[in-house]
Amino acid sequence: METRSSTGSRLRPRSRRAAGSVAALALASSLLAACGGDGGKPELVWYINPDSGGQDAVAEKCSTDDYTISTQVLPQDAGQQRIQLARRLAAKDPSIDLMSIDPPFTAEFADAGFLAEVPQDAKTQLEEQGTFKGALDAATWNDQLVVFPFWSNTQVLWYRKSFVDKAGIDMSQPVTWDQIIDAASENDGKVAVQANKYEGYVVWINALVEGAGGTILENPEEGVDADITLGDEAGKQAAGIIEKLATSEAAPADLSVSNEGTAGSTFGSDQGSFLVNWTYIFKNYDETAPDVAEDIGYTRYPQTVEGEESRPPYGGIGIGVSAYSDEQELALEAAQCLVSPESQGINADLTGNMPASTQGYDYPKLKEQYPADLLELFQTSVDAAAPRTVTPYWSDVSGSIQNIWHPPRSVNDDTPGRSTTFIEDVLKGGDLL
Amino acid sequence: MTATVAPEKDVTKSGKSGKSAKKPASDRSSAENKLGLKLVAPAVVLMLLVTAYPMLQALYLSLFRYRLTAPDDRAFVGVDNYLTILSDDQFWLSTGTTVLIMVVTVAVELVIGFAFAMVMHRIVFARGLMRTSILIPYGIITVVSAFAWQFAFSLNNGFVNAWFNWLPWIAEDTNWFGDYWHAMFAIMVSEIWKTTPFMALLLLAGLAQVSEDMLEAAKVDGATWTQRLTKVILPNMRAAIMVAVLFRALDAYRIFDNIFVMTKGAEGTQSISFLTYRQVIEQMQLGLGSAMSVLLFLSVLLLAWLIVKLFRVDLAQARGEG
Repeated sequence: METRSSTGSRLRPRSRRAAGSVAALALASSLLAACGGDGGKPELVWYINPDSGGQDAVAEKCSTDDYTISTQVLPQDAGQQRIQLARRLAAKDPSIDLMSIDPPFTAEFADAGFLAEVPQDAKTQLEEQGTFKGALDAATWNDQLVVFPFWSNTQVLWYRKSFVDKAGIDMSQPVTWDQIIDAASENDGKVAVQANKYEGYVVWINALVEGAGGTILENPEEGVDADITLGDEAGKQAAGIIEKLATSEAAPADLSVSNEGTAGSTFGSDQGSFLVNWTYIFKNYDETAPDVAEDIGYTRYPQTVEGEESRPPYGGIGIGVSAYSDEQELALEAAQCLVSPESQGINADLTGNMPASTQGYDYPKLKEQYPADLLELFQTSVDAAAPRTVTPYWSDVSGSIQNIWHPPRSVNDDTPGRSTTFIEDVLKGGDLL
Repeated sequence: MTATVAPEKDVTKSGKSGKSAKKPASDRSSAENKLGLKLVAPAVVLMLLVTAYPMLQALYLSLFRYRLTAPDDRAFVGVDNYLTILSDDQFWLSTGTTVLIMVVTVAVELVIGFAFAMVMHRIVFARGLMRTSILIPYGIITVVSAFAWQFAFSLNNGFVNAWFNWLPWIAEDTNWFGDYWHAMFAIMVSEIWKTTPFMALLLLAGLAQVSEDMLEAAKVDGATWTQRLTKVILPNMRAAIMVAVLFRALDAYRIFDNIFVMTKGAEGTQSISFLTYRQVIEQMQLGLGSAMSVLLFLSVLLLAWLIVKLFRVDLAQARGEG
């Protein structure tokens, strides 16, 4: 019997067997290559959040004669990153060695036993290189450091110099949310924030609540029985600001669907006035809108309550080592290199995501690229930042807040109280999210 | 003029009449039946493994409080998950939204799909090109079409506001995803654009079954175009229409992709499937989520039963089986 190959040529049985053997050999060798990396050297797989090449560069720098670090890109959305990692880790997938984890999900991963313990010498290294307190707090669960702080981001208030000149506001003094909303409303400007139904909106709400001296929840170690304090006075003050912006002339038309990207576009438009956004915005307009880039000013995050220091949002990435990795020892060693001050500097230079330590800020190229006062502002902001409460149930808390506080125009004095009840119900399994 | 329907001489009536007509099987036919059973057995076993097992597993999990990231906290809760869901406002709001999407999209698709089917059936010139063009949206992946429509309606880079701002209810800065009705409109437009060709295809099959002789006879009798449509064409393709409605209604009831891409369930636009996704995938609540899946499955079954009963759909007849 004769058969046809996919290319249409005729193959005799013997040549068919030979072709089968070659295919089997090729498959086996490719599988072996996948297991062993090049020449039997172990390959450590690092799941990274998408960036503009910073983590790839650091992975290459930290690859040694003993192992190679390769990267796999996770989805753009932080929530989707969490889902993809958690599902694979729950299945004890050994192909994940290292992973970039967003701070609000660190506790959830640690509590589920997905993360390998950070060794003492690594803790010492992190302290010696001046890792920020906020970064360490966000990387700690149950008094244990569970991830290696890699970069620490914070938000500052970006403004258009031409606009504040027109509005006559003194930006050398701390400003409040009321002030910037009024100034923008009166001068045909738009205040750009993140208020889509996503994690970024909760980042804003958390910063407003913390800025008023409150917190979303207390006693997170109690798990589902934690005290929800969002309904207190600070929550009401936060709701007041959101309501004021959403119902004012300063609200962008796309407020309810705004994210970091669209807020950046609003800020770059003719009506751009103020923007709260992460550190990378400073380089955002260099190529696309140089005139906007020259017009950018910056100052500390606005105050919720006049006279009370603002608590800027805290973001960033911690590197976790999987508890199910076959190369855990090597992965822990690699993680120490990935978070060294030099690695943090390289990453910051390429991505605009700032280092998690004071020594990281000493990276020479950073000083060339950013004005000294801006680098100082970033550091003081990270130091004063309010991380979202470290709890394994953050995704429930955040999702519940999004459900009740979105859209922003629906926010009023009752919102904080309603969300408190809803969060409690969701945590105890009495309500759908 | 009364409706003219082709005699159903080749259609075996289901139910009692079919059963009573059954004769005792001969040795040969019973051997053939046995062979048939053996031949389909591997497929049945495979189906049981890949569909029945997950379904039973979901049924089992739905009786537990079980979260993927807190496996130690697993506990048997009986039907508590079902009670939680059925007493939750969000479940009923999502059901309402889903039913609204289903009713509106299927109704609009039926009308447009019928027009497309007529075009595909009657066209003489460039028939292949026309049929292919009409079917293109159906060949596009739903997520891709949802993104395309999201960009189209986007306030920042969409063309809808710019092209249609002469309409009184559309302005340059209309935020299509900023309130319930606008967002629902955008979702439905995307769904209708994507699946109307499928409806048209099913209706085209029904249209092809309408006897040309009957149409000729109606014409000779002096029937107008409208009379031929309502008295001859539609009654004769009733089974095809009902099957098209059944298929699309069940599909529309499970709408997920468009909502996931366009609003992520914001502004109250979440469907039952999306609510289920949130429990199972986002919250990793395997117990509560499985209960939602079971309820979704039951509601789809109920819907199918209702459509079959209410509209007296005969699936065998629609497939041309005797």
